[in-house]
Amino acid sequence: MNPTDASGILGFLTADGFAGYGDAAVGIVFLFSLTITIIGGFMACNAERLVRAVAGLALCFIGIATIYYFLNSPLLSMMQLLIYVGAVCITIAFAVMLAAPEDDRKHGPANALGGPLGLITAGLITFALIGLAVNTSFDVLPKENMGTAKQIGIELLTTYAVLFKLISVVLLIAIIGALIIARQGRSK
Amino acid sequence: MSILNLHNDLNTYLILAAVLFGMGMYGLMTRRTLIGMLIASELILAAAAINFMAFNRFTAPDPTVGQIFTLFIMAIATAEATIGLSITIAIYRNYKSVDATDIVDLKG
Repeated sequence: MNPTDASGILGFLTADGFAGYGDAAVGIVFLFSLTITIIGGFMACNAERLVRAVAGLALCFIGIATIYYFLNSPLLSMMQLLIYVGAVCITIAFAVMLAAPEDDRKHGPANALGGPLGLITAGLITFALIGLAVNTSFDVLPKENMGTAKQIGIELLTTYAVLFKLISVVLLIAIIGALIIARQGRSK
Repeated sequence: MSILNLHNDLNTYLILAAVLFGMGMYGLMTRRTLIGMLIASELILAAAAINFMAFNRFTAPDPTVGQIFTLFIMAIATAEATIGLSITIAIYRNYKSVDATDIVDLKG
Protein backbone atom coordinates (compact mmCIF):
# COMPACT_ATOMS: atom_id res chain seq x y z
CA MET A 1 0.00 0.00 0.00
CA ASN A 2 1.59 3.22 -1.16
CA PRO A 3 -0.66 6.29 -0.95
CA THR A 4 1.71 8.61 -2.73
CA ASP A 5 1.19 7.25 -6.23
CA ALA A 6 -2.61 7.51 -6.02
CA SER A 7 -4.00 10.40 -8.05
CA GLY A 8 -5.90 12.58 -5.60
CA ILE A 9 -8.05 11.54 -2.70
CA LEU A 10 -10.34 9.37 -4.84
CA GLY A 11 -7.46 7.71 -6.65
CA PHE A 12 -8.19 4.35 -5.09
CA LEU A 13 -11.39 4.14 -7.13
CA THR A 14 -9.45 3.75 -10.37
CA ALA A 15 -8.06 0.36 -11.32
CA ASP A 16 -4.41 1.31 -10.85
CA GLY A 17 -5.03 2.99 -7.52
CA PHE A 18 -7.12 0.09 -6.26
CA ALA A 19 -4.27 -2.34 -6.79
CA GLY A 20 -2.22 -0.37 -4.27
CA TYR A 21 -5.05 -0.29 -1.76
CA GLY A 22 -6.07 -3.93 -2.28
CA ASP A 23 -4.84 -5.33 1.02
CA ALA A 24 -6.30 -2.45 2.97
CA ALA A 25 -9.66 -2.89 1.23
CA VAL A 26 -9.67 -6.61 2.10
CA GLY A 27 -8.88 -5.79 5.71
CA ILE A 28 -11.65 -3.20 5.91
CA VAL A 29 -14.20 -5.62 4.44
CA PHE A 30 -13.09 -8.25 6.97
CA LEU A 31 -13.44 -5.80 9.87
CA PHE A 32 -16.91 -4.89 8.58
CA SER A 33 -17.99 -8.53 8.45
CA LEU A 34 -16.59 -9.13 11.95
CA THR A 35 -18.57 -6.15 13.20
CA ILE A 36 -21.89 -7.22 11.71
CA THR A 37 -21.36 -10.77 13.00
CA ILE A 38 -20.81 -9.54 16.57
CA ILE A 39 -23.68 -7.01 16.39
CA GLY A 40 -26.02 -9.64 14.93
CA GLY A 41 -25.10 -12.17 17.60
CA PHE A 42 -25.61 -9.57 20.32
CA MET A 43 -29.07 -8.76 18.92
CA ALA A 44 -29.92 -12.46 18.61
CA CYS A 45 -29.12 -13.27 22.24
CA ASN A 46 -30.18 -10.01 23.87
CA ALA A 47 -33.07 -8.38 21.96
CA GLU A 48 -36.26 -7.95 23.95
CA ARG A 49 -38.60 -8.97 21.12
CA LEU A 50 -38.16 -12.28 19.32
CA VAL A 51 -38.66 -10.76 15.87
CA ARG A 52 -35.62 -8.56 16.46
CA ALA A 53 -33.69 -11.58 17.67
CA VAL A 54 -34.49 -13.37 14.39
CA ALA A 55 -33.38 -10.31 12.42
CA GLY A 56 -30.15 -10.22 14.43
CA LEU A 57 -29.63 -13.92 13.74
CA ALA A 58 -30.00 -13.30 10.00
CA LEU A 59 -27.46 -10.44 10.22
CA CYS A 60 -25.06 -12.66 12.16
CA PHE A 61 -25.38 -15.43 9.56
CA ILE A 62 -24.68 -12.99 6.70
CA GLY A 63 -21.52 -11.93 8.54
CA ILE A 64 -20.53 -15.58 9.01
CA ALA A 65 -21.05 -16.15 5.27
CA THR A 66 -18.50 -13.42 4.49
CA ILE A 67 -16.15 -14.94 7.05
CA TYR A 68 -16.42 -18.31 5.27
CA TYR A 69 -15.45 -16.47 2.10
CA PHE A 70 -12.32 -15.24 3.87
CA LEU A 71 -11.65 -18.83 4.94
CA ASN A 72 -11.19 -19.88 1.29
CA SER A 73 -14.61 -21.47 0.86
CA PRO A 74 -17.02 -19.68 -1.52
CA LEU A 75 -19.17 -22.85 -1.65
CA LEU A 76 -19.78 -22.86 2.10
CA SER A 77 -20.37 -19.12 2.00
CA MET A 78 -23.17 -19.57 -0.50
CA MET A 79 -24.56 -22.57 1.40
CA GLN A 80 -24.61 -20.45 4.56
CA LEU A 81 -26.65 -17.74 2.83
CA LEU A 82 -28.95 -20.29 1.20
CA ILE A 83 -29.62 -22.58 4.17
CA TYR A 84 -29.34 -20.35 7.22
CA VAL A 85 -30.45 -16.92 6.03
CA GLY A 86 -32.86 -18.24 3.42
CA ALA A 87 -34.38 -21.23 5.19
CA VAL A 88 -33.68 -21.41 8.94
CA CYS A 89 -34.27 -17.72 9.71
CA ILE A 90 -37.51 -17.70 7.67
CA THR A 91 -38.71 -20.85 9.48
CA ILE A 92 -37.97 -19.28 12.88
CA ALA A 93 -39.77 -16.10 11.78
CA PHE A 94 -42.81 -18.22 10.86
CA ALA A 95 -42.73 -19.91 14.26
CA VAL A 96 -42.48 -16.51 15.99
CA MET A 97 -45.57 -15.37 14.09
CA LEU A 98 -47.48 -18.59 14.82
CA ALA A 99 -46.60 -19.26 18.42
CA ALA A 100 -45.09 -16.34 20.30
CA PRO A 101 -47.69 -13.81 21.41
CA GLU A 102 -46.03 -10.56 22.45
CA ASP A 103 -48.80 -9.25 24.67
CA ASP A 104 -48.93 -11.96 27.36
CA ARG A 105 -45.21 -12.51 27.67
CA LYS A 106 -43.63 -12.59 31.10
CA HIS A 107 -40.75 -10.50 32.36
CA GLY A 108 -37.91 -11.02 34.77
CA PRO A 109 -35.33 -13.79 34.95
CA ALA A 110 -36.56 -17.29 34.16
CA ASN A 111 -34.30 -19.11 36.62
CA ALA A 112 -31.34 -18.64 38.92
CA LEU A 113 -28.96 -18.22 35.97
CA GLY A 114 -31.26 -15.79 34.16
CA GLY A 115 -29.81 -12.52 35.42
CA PRO A 116 -26.27 -11.26 35.98
CA LEU A 117 -25.15 -14.74 37.04
CA GLY A 118 -25.81 -15.96 33.50
CA LEU A 119 -23.78 -13.10 32.07
CA ILE A 120 -20.88 -13.92 34.41
CA THR A 121 -21.04 -17.61 33.50
CA ALA A 122 -21.08 -16.93 29.77
CA GLY A 123 -18.27 -14.39 30.13
CA LEU A 124 -16.11 -16.81 32.08
CA ILE A 125 -16.64 -19.55 29.49
CA THR A 126 -15.80 -17.09 26.69
CA PHE A 127 -12.60 -15.90 28.37
CA ALA A 128 -11.54 -19.46 29.14
CA LEU A 129 -12.02 -20.44 25.49
CA ILE A 130 -10.17 -17.34 24.25
CA GLY A 131 -7.28 -17.97 26.64
CA LEU A 132 -7.11 -21.60 25.56
CA ALA A 133 -7.16 -20.66 21.87
CA VAL A 134 -4.54 -17.89 22.11
CA ASN A 135 -2.12 -19.77 24.36
CA THR A 136 -2.09 -22.99 22.35
CA SER A 137 0.28 -23.41 19.44
CA PHE A 138 -1.13 -25.46 16.60
CA ASP A 139 0.97 -27.46 14.16
CA VAL A 140 0.54 -26.17 10.61
CA LEU A 141 0.67 -29.08 8.18
CA PRO A 142 1.41 -28.67 4.47
CA LYS A 143 -1.65 -28.56 2.23
CA GLU A 144 -2.37 -31.64 0.13
CA ASN A 145 -4.90 -29.92 -2.14
CA MET A 146 -6.77 -26.66 -2.54
CA GLY A 147 -10.17 -27.73 -1.22
CA THR A 148 -12.16 -26.56 -4.24
CA ALA A 149 -15.82 -27.32 -4.80
CA LYS A 150 -14.92 -30.03 -7.31
CA GLN A 151 -12.73 -31.81 -4.75
CA ILE A 152 -15.48 -31.50 -2.13
CA GLY A 153 -17.90 -33.17 -4.54
CA ILE A 154 -15.48 -36.00 -5.28
CA GLU A 155 -14.82 -36.57 -1.56
CA LEU A 156 -18.55 -36.49 -0.75
CA LEU A 157 -19.31 -39.19 -3.31
CA THR A 158 -16.31 -41.42 -2.51
CA THR A 159 -14.85 -41.16 1.02
CA TYR A 160 -17.96 -39.78 2.71
CA ALA A 161 -20.59 -41.54 0.60
CA VAL A 162 -22.16 -43.36 3.57
CA LEU A 163 -22.37 -40.15 5.61
CA PHE A 164 -23.87 -38.39 2.60
CA LYS A 165 -26.63 -41.00 2.37
CA LEU A 166 -27.18 -41.02 6.14
CA ILE A 167 -27.60 -37.25 6.26
CA SER A 168 -30.31 -37.44 3.59
CA VAL A 169 -32.12 -40.10 5.66
CA VAL A 170 -31.82 -37.86 8.75
CA LEU A 171 -33.30 -34.92 6.83
CA LEU A 172 -36.14 -37.08 5.49
CA ILE A 173 -36.96 -38.30 9.01
CA ALA A 174 -36.82 -34.70 10.27
CA ILE A 175 -39.29 -33.54 7.60
CA ILE A 176 -41.72 -36.40 8.27
CA GLY A 177 -41.42 -36.00 12.05
CA ALA A 178 -42.00 -32.25 11.87
CA LEU A 179 -45.10 -32.78 9.73
CA ILE A 180 -46.51 -35.40 12.12
CA ILE A 181 -45.80 -33.40 15.29
CA ALA A 182 -47.16 -30.13 13.93
CA ARG A 183 -50.22 -31.78 12.40
CA GLN A 184 -51.58 -33.32 15.61
CA GLY A 185 -54.66 -31.47 16.79
CA ARG A 186 -55.42 -30.04 13.39
CA SER A 187 -57.08 -33.12 11.91
CA LYS A 188 -60.48 -32.63 13.52
CA MET B 1 0.51 -7.05 13.33
CA SER B 2 -1.67 -4.56 11.52
CA ILE B 3 -5.39 -4.48 12.25
CA LEU B 4 -6.03 -4.71 8.51
CA ASN B 5 -4.22 -8.07 8.39
CA LEU B 6 -6.46 -9.79 10.94
CA HIS B 7 -8.00 -12.09 8.35
CA ASN B 8 -4.72 -14.00 7.96
CA ASP B 9 -4.54 -14.97 11.62
CA LEU B 10 -6.04 -18.13 13.10
CA ASN B 11 -6.60 -16.49 16.51
CA THR B 12 -9.05 -13.95 15.06
CA TYR B 13 -11.43 -16.68 13.98
CA LEU B 14 -11.03 -18.64 17.22
CA ILE B 15 -11.79 -15.55 19.31
CA LEU B 16 -14.81 -14.74 17.13
CA ALA B 17 -16.10 -18.31 17.57
CA ALA B 18 -15.56 -18.11 21.35
CA VAL B 19 -17.49 -14.83 21.53
CA LEU B 20 -20.37 -16.28 19.50
CA PHE B 21 -20.36 -19.38 21.73
CA GLY B 22 -20.54 -17.17 24.84
CA MET B 23 -23.45 -15.23 23.34
CA GLY B 24 -25.24 -18.50 22.63
CA MET B 25 -24.66 -19.72 26.20
CA TYR B 26 -25.94 -16.42 27.57
CA GLY B 27 -29.05 -16.63 25.37
CA LEU B 28 -29.71 -20.24 26.39
CA MET B 29 -29.54 -19.32 30.07
CA THR B 30 -31.51 -16.08 29.99
CA ARG B 31 -34.19 -16.62 27.34
CA ARG B 32 -37.66 -17.40 28.65
CA THR B 33 -39.20 -18.73 25.43
CA LEU B 34 -38.39 -21.93 23.58
CA ILE B 35 -37.88 -20.03 20.30
CA GLY B 36 -35.34 -17.73 21.94
CA MET B 37 -33.44 -20.76 23.20
CA LEU B 38 -33.48 -22.24 19.70
CA ILE B 39 -32.00 -19.01 18.27
CA ALA B 40 -29.24 -19.15 20.92
CA SER B 41 -28.46 -22.78 20.08
CA GLU B 42 -28.10 -21.78 16.42
CA LEU B 43 -25.42 -19.30 17.53
CA ILE B 44 -23.56 -22.09 19.34
CA LEU B 45 -23.66 -24.32 16.24
CA ALA B 46 -22.42 -21.44 14.09
CA ALA B 47 -19.50 -20.96 16.49
CA ALA B 48 -18.56 -24.64 16.18
CA ALA B 49 -18.75 -24.40 12.38
CA ILE B 50 -16.48 -21.33 12.34
CA ASN B 51 -13.92 -23.23 14.42
CA PHE B 52 -13.99 -26.14 11.98
CA MET B 53 -13.55 -23.81 9.01
CA ALA B 54 -10.71 -21.88 10.67
CA PHE B 55 -8.67 -24.99 11.49
CA ASN B 56 -9.51 -26.29 8.03
CA ARG B 57 -8.06 -23.15 6.42
CA PHE B 58 -4.94 -22.75 8.56
CA THR B 59 -3.72 -26.08 9.88
CA ALA B 60 -5.42 -29.10 8.27
CA PRO B 61 -3.54 -30.89 5.49
CA ASP B 62 -6.71 -31.76 3.54
CA PRO B 63 -8.97 -28.66 3.29
CA THR B 64 -11.98 -30.62 2.03
CA VAL B 65 -12.61 -32.43 5.33
CA GLY B 66 -13.52 -29.37 7.37
CA GLN B 67 -15.79 -28.02 4.65
CA ILE B 68 -17.65 -31.35 4.42
CA PHE B 69 -17.98 -31.42 8.22
CA THR B 70 -19.39 -27.89 8.17
CA LEU B 71 -21.88 -28.94 5.49
CA PHE B 72 -23.01 -31.79 7.77
CA ILE B 73 -23.30 -29.36 10.70
CA MET B 74 -25.54 -27.18 8.52
CA ALA B 75 -27.76 -30.15 7.62
CA ILE B 76 -28.05 -31.29 11.25
CA ALA B 77 -28.76 -27.72 12.42
CA THR B 78 -31.51 -27.39 9.83
CA ALA B 79 -33.10 -30.67 10.95
CA GLU B 80 -32.80 -29.57 14.59
CA ALA B 81 -34.45 -26.21 13.88
CA THR B 82 -37.30 -27.88 11.97
CA ILE B 83 -38.04 -30.44 14.69
CA GLY B 84 -37.64 -27.87 17.48
CA LEU B 85 -40.01 -25.40 15.88
CA SER B 86 -42.65 -28.01 15.17
CA ILE B 87 -42.44 -29.18 18.80
CA THR B 88 -42.74 -25.52 19.87
CA ILE B 89 -45.87 -25.08 17.78
CA ALA B 90 -47.37 -28.31 19.14
CA ILE B 91 -46.62 -27.12 22.71
CA TYR B 92 -48.19 -23.75 21.97
CA ARG B 93 -51.34 -25.48 20.72
CA ASN B 94 -51.67 -27.47 23.96
CA TYR B 95 -50.46 -24.97 26.57
CA LYS B 96 -51.19 -21.63 24.83
CA SER B 97 -47.67 -20.59 25.83
CA VAL B 98 -44.09 -21.01 24.63
CA ASP B 99 -42.58 -19.98 27.96
CA ALA B 100 -40.20 -22.63 29.28
CA THR B 101 -41.36 -22.07 32.89
CA ASP B 102 -44.99 -22.92 32.00
CA ILE B 103 -44.25 -26.36 30.60
CA VAL B 104 -43.77 -28.22 33.89
CA ASP B 105 -46.27 -31.08 33.69
CA LEU B 106 -43.57 -33.72 34.02
CA LYS B 107 -41.81 -31.93 36.87
CA GLY B 108 -41.83 -34.04 40.03
